[in-house]
Amino acid sequence: MSTTSLWEYANPVKFMRLSGQVLPWVAGLAALLVGGGLFWGFFLTPDDFRQGSTVKIIFLHVPAALVAINAWVMMLVASLVWLIRRHHVAALAAKAAAPVGAVMTVIGLFTGAVWGQPMWGTWWAWDPRLTAFLILFLFYLGYIALWSAIEDADTAADLTAVLCLVGTVFAVLSRYAAFFWSQGLHQGASLSLQPGTRMDWVYKAPLYACMAGFTLLFVALLLAGTRTEIRARRSRALMVRERMYA
Amino acid sequence: MMPDLGTYATEVTLAYLGSLALIGGLTLWVWLRGRRVRAELETIENRSERKRHG
Repeated sequence: MSTTSLWEYANPVKFMRLSGQVLPWVAGLAALLVGGGLFWGFFLTPDDFRQGSTVKIIFLHVPAALVAINAWVMMLVASLVWLIRRHHVAALAAKAAAPVGAVMTVIGLFTGAVWGQPMWGTWWAWDPRLTAFLILFLFYLGYIALWSAIEDADTAADLTAVLCLVGTVFAVLSRYAAFFWSQGLHQGASLSLQPGTRMDWVYKAPLYACMAGFTLLFVALLLAGTRTEIRARRSRALMVRERMYA
Repeated sequence: MMPDLGTYATEVTLAYLGSLALIGGLTLWVWLRGRRVRAELETIENRSERKRHG
């Protein structure tokens, strides 16, 4: 796909046409992978010799955290596109991604706490990675609140885009804090491209399925949410026009 | 069918039920909001169309 043709999808009509065709397939595949991956992880994997059955929580925690952080990165890219090229679809896509990212952050925090209580002996620790993740959640809430608080859509898109740039620091810290500060309680990455086995394939395979499933679920909810935002924007524009000619 | 979750049955079950409820709630919210906004847009478009031709 050339660069020129990519920008064509900033046109709401073209975006609606393409997303309408793609959405059922992405949603179906997401349901299959999330359902299948979680079933595989919950019912078909053995207990870990140290963690016992709590190892099964990884199939929720890691994919949710992955999506929570990458949703913010996607919002960052969309916000930059809005700020630089003023494409409304980009701003609306960032807006649609925020609730999905926020819920995924809650799932990451919740499953981490439920796992941490029996394994670390505490529900919560002010560990750099955990704290950065909590602040990322607060940024999600602030971002959603800011969109709701400002009536003019373009002003809201401008201000939320700036907020997104600031919040990116915490999205990056959520991912890399374990490398920056060695004193944290949170362990390093469970999966790595470096040589050496950190996780057996009996866990790795369903984890990859869940990660792919959660990512596709994010894409499906993002497409559905963006379509809704485009329709809501058109409704507002038509109502303004009605009032002008009334 | 239910696997033996041993000592940590409560924690694992809680994590799965809580997360699935959140995912289900989010999906339902996105779907219902999409339906509502679509219906609103159709109403406004039909009204505008009638005004234009009537």
